[in-house]
Amino acid sequence: MKLRQSAWWALGLVIFALFPVVVTNPFYTTIGIFTVIYMGCATSWNMFSGYSGYVSLGTAIFYGCGAYTMALVSIHGHIPGGAEQFWVVPLGGLVAMAIAVPLGAVALRVRRHTFVVITIAFFFVFQLAAINANFTGGPAGLSLELIPWQGDAYNTPFYYVALAILVFSVVLSALVRRSRFGLQLLAIRDDEDRALGLGVKVKAVKLTGYTMSAFVVGMAGALYAMFLGQIYPQFVFDPVFDVTIALMAFLGGFGTLLGPLVGGLILESSQQWLTANYSNGSLYLILFGALFLIVVLFMPQGIVVKVKEVWSKRTSTGSDATQAPLATLGSESL
Amino acid sequence: MNSSALIHALVDGVLTGSVYALMATGLTLVFGVMDIINLAQGILVILGAYLSYTLSVHFGVDLFVGLLITIPTLFVVGIVIERLFVARLKGPERTAMSILVTYAISLVIEGILNEVYSINQVQLQAWYVNRSFPIFGIYLPYIYLLGFILAAALLGSLYYMLYRTRFGASIRASLSDQTAAALVGIDTKRVATICFGIGVAVTAAGGMIYGATNAFNASSSYDLISRLLTIIVLGGMGSLGGALVAGILMVMLQDIVAVVWSPIWSSMSFFVVLVIVLSLRPQGLFGKQSARVA
Amino acid sequence: MSALLEAKGISRAFGGLRALNGCSLHVERGSITGLIGPNGSGKTTLFNVITGYVKPEAGTVSFDGKDITGARPNAVFALGVGRTFQLTRIFSRISVVENMLVATQREESWLRGLTRSKSSKTELDAAMEWLDFVGLARLASLPAGSLSYGQRKLLELAYVLVADPDVILLDEPAGGVNLTLINEIGEKIRTLNKSGKTFLIVEHNMEFVMNLCDTVTVMHQGCDLVSGRPEEVRNNPLVLDAYLGGGDDEVVEELSHG
Repeated sequence: MKLRQSAWWALGLVIFALFPVVVTNPFYTTIGIFTVIYMGCATSWNMFSGYSGYVSLGTAIFYGCGAYTMALVSIHGHIPGGAEQFWVVPLGGLVAMAIAVPLGAVALRVRRHTFVVITIAFFFVFQLAAINANFTGGPAGLSLELIPWQGDAYNTPFYYVALAILVFSVVLSALVRRSRFGLQLLAIRDDEDRALGLGVKVKAVKLTGYTMSAFVVGMAGALYAMFLGQIYPQFVFDPVFDVTIALMAFLGGFGTLLGPLVGGLILESSQQWLTANYSNGSLYLILFGALFLIVVLFMPQGIVVKVKEVWSKRTSTGSDATQAPLATLGSESL
Repeated sequence: MNSSALIHALVDGVLTGSVYALMATGLTLVFGVMDIINLAQGILVILGAYLSYTLSVHFGVDLFVGLLITIPTLFVVGIVIERLFVARLKGPERTAMSILVTYAISLVIEGILNEVYSINQVQLQAWYVNRSFPIFGIYLPYIYLLGFILAAALLGSLYYMLYRTRFGASIRASLSDQTAAALVGIDTKRVATICFGIGVAVTAAGGMIYGATNAFNASSSYDLISRLLTIIVLGGMGSLGGALVAGILMVMLQDIVAVVWSPIWSSMSFFVVLVIVLSLRPQGLFGKQSARVA
Repeated sequence: MSALLEAKGISRAFGGLRALNGCSLHVERGSITGLIGPNGSGKTTLFNVITGYVKPEAGTVSFDGKDITGARPNAVFALGVGRTFQLTRIFSRISVVENMLVATQREESWLRGLTRSKSSKTELDAAMEWLDFVGLARLASLPAGSLSYGQRKLLELAYVLVADPDVILLDEPAGGVNLTLINEIGEKIRTLNKSGKTFLIVEHNMEFVMNLCDTVTVMHQGCDLVSGRPEEVRNNPLVLDAYLGGGDDEVVEELSHG
């Protein structure tokens, strides 16, 4: 069983690794890059918000900080456009983490529902600051030096760096789920006060999770800035980004490992495809919103859990079916 | 700062702030009774503004008379949204899901509004939008005063309904403890649906005044919803009086910051205040401290 | 006679309501102490004060000679004071055995939790051993939310035990469970007590308390009214008066028979 699972993961990775080899059209590889970036961000978001139940709608803060780190370091550090800039990507992640510490320290003082809103408030503080400050270039944004790569190959390095970030994010998320720390996050989601009473240092655990999840998003933002070569405050600090990431995790399956990957794959690829094919943005909004509503109505636990349910019903003739009766049996005997 | 700017801040704070308070009251009522955060409130305000726009431009209906049509319309819209989507949300992640579902609803409405009205900004017109009156040595368009009277009247009748009627009593019971309310025989489902309807209906009035005092398009909803959320959190989620105080405070603060420092930072100031207040008082200014033990 | 757990002159009000008014409590090492009293006499609040969930306005709590007044719940737990709740609190969306693992470490630093796996071999063994003790071992991999009410009570007891506390506070262990399970829980408590655990039990089931406890403290209106051996307490007229005022007819009946 374990082996079969690993085989599926390996197969998935191979498919993603081969994608730009098979598909060279930059139109599609661009969609691929964004999809992989969003899958990584959604996984990382889920590693904190999904496991702990603290839904953050300020993820774009880290994306934006990563993007500005890339732009400012490249410009002021006189880094020539090209592969050297990739070294700034992890730095973007670290800056995002450094910003996450004080933000988390304040935001995590409040409980879930208020936490959602305070993250939104933080987000607007950052967006407005980026639009109005001088060093960010204001509403005009910042331009990076051109990268002298030509033709179809331009996208390939970006794709693989994005894929590396995604793999890192998935591995980290899986490790966290297996660690004592991850268990503590899940305990906090179910009953925070009880967890505290059992010796879980909830404050430290929450802050650590929040900070860790900022890292991947910061790196993704840095990569985005490098890829486009031009950033605007309203696009890197984008409220739609905040909600999209959360939507992806919920669509696929909140708190599961596979969920954000599936959600990200479906949402981002279709979003990119729709925006590219229909210049009419409002049609896209309607479709995107409607898709999510349909999923919530018919599979509120997310696609992954629903598919697993249907799957296990189909195959529940043999040994897999013993679990449910066991539970009933147990409650009767006591 | 000079005294006329201060007077302007105070007057504008009370007049415009009470309109924000009205819109935020709908939001905080829904949260208090249902544990639902309605992220669509912003776009529904815009929808209310566009409905008034259509009535006044195409049918020549006065903005205030038009409310007789738009308020019931949005009440029904609220009921439909509640029955169709919100009521179906169950389980431990209900509140988080409500945020995303109402956001998705808001995207759909935004898309439709963009299709119907285009993304060009418009503003509602009437004689009282263009003409000003003097107050404490400054001039303000009449709409500010009329909007304030309308908001105060609606808030007043809302409070009357809540504190003087039987249905209001069941809403307040649900506000303080939903389980207990259900136990004493209150039909909490019906209360929730009607509350959601009322919470949305107030956006018709709020939207009309907003649309008459600001140029708007569908994406103005982002700015609106972030302000409304900040107001209800600052006031204390579920607290009606808190929403009123926080709404007035927000507008005053922004006006003062705009004069003293710079208009650039005025919209940011309120978010900063929110963060500071919450780090000292996590439950907001007038919030109930939630009991956390057993 | 050494007191393992001692509360002195605890006061605490919620709004206008005086929940505790100069209440004292003395739990001897190795004893099973019962805490009874009419509804609203402040038993659960006293539990919350001792375990750090509620801060007292006056008075001191000491455990094993150390002052723990106002310490946070995790610190109190780390010292060796475990508790269960009246309304059972388990982690419903993780598995039964994972519930156990949340509690297996009392003093581990949070950094250590980052770098280590969910459980070591010995921790898993300990978890399974205690699950076996309460009879839930075969349900270990199920989500805890699928357990019945009685099973949840047992799970909560088990995950408190796995952390090896010195004193265990039980809030209505017999509340809402059937007779067979009540006896079973009583047996478990007795067995554990023989192995050296100290118990403090809040309970409305008089028979359960009188049979099990060495000492019983009666609370009334936020104060400790009397303390003593079960039969002394049963025959004390003050106790009957307290319950008569509280309107708890069942208990009144039981007391007047005894």
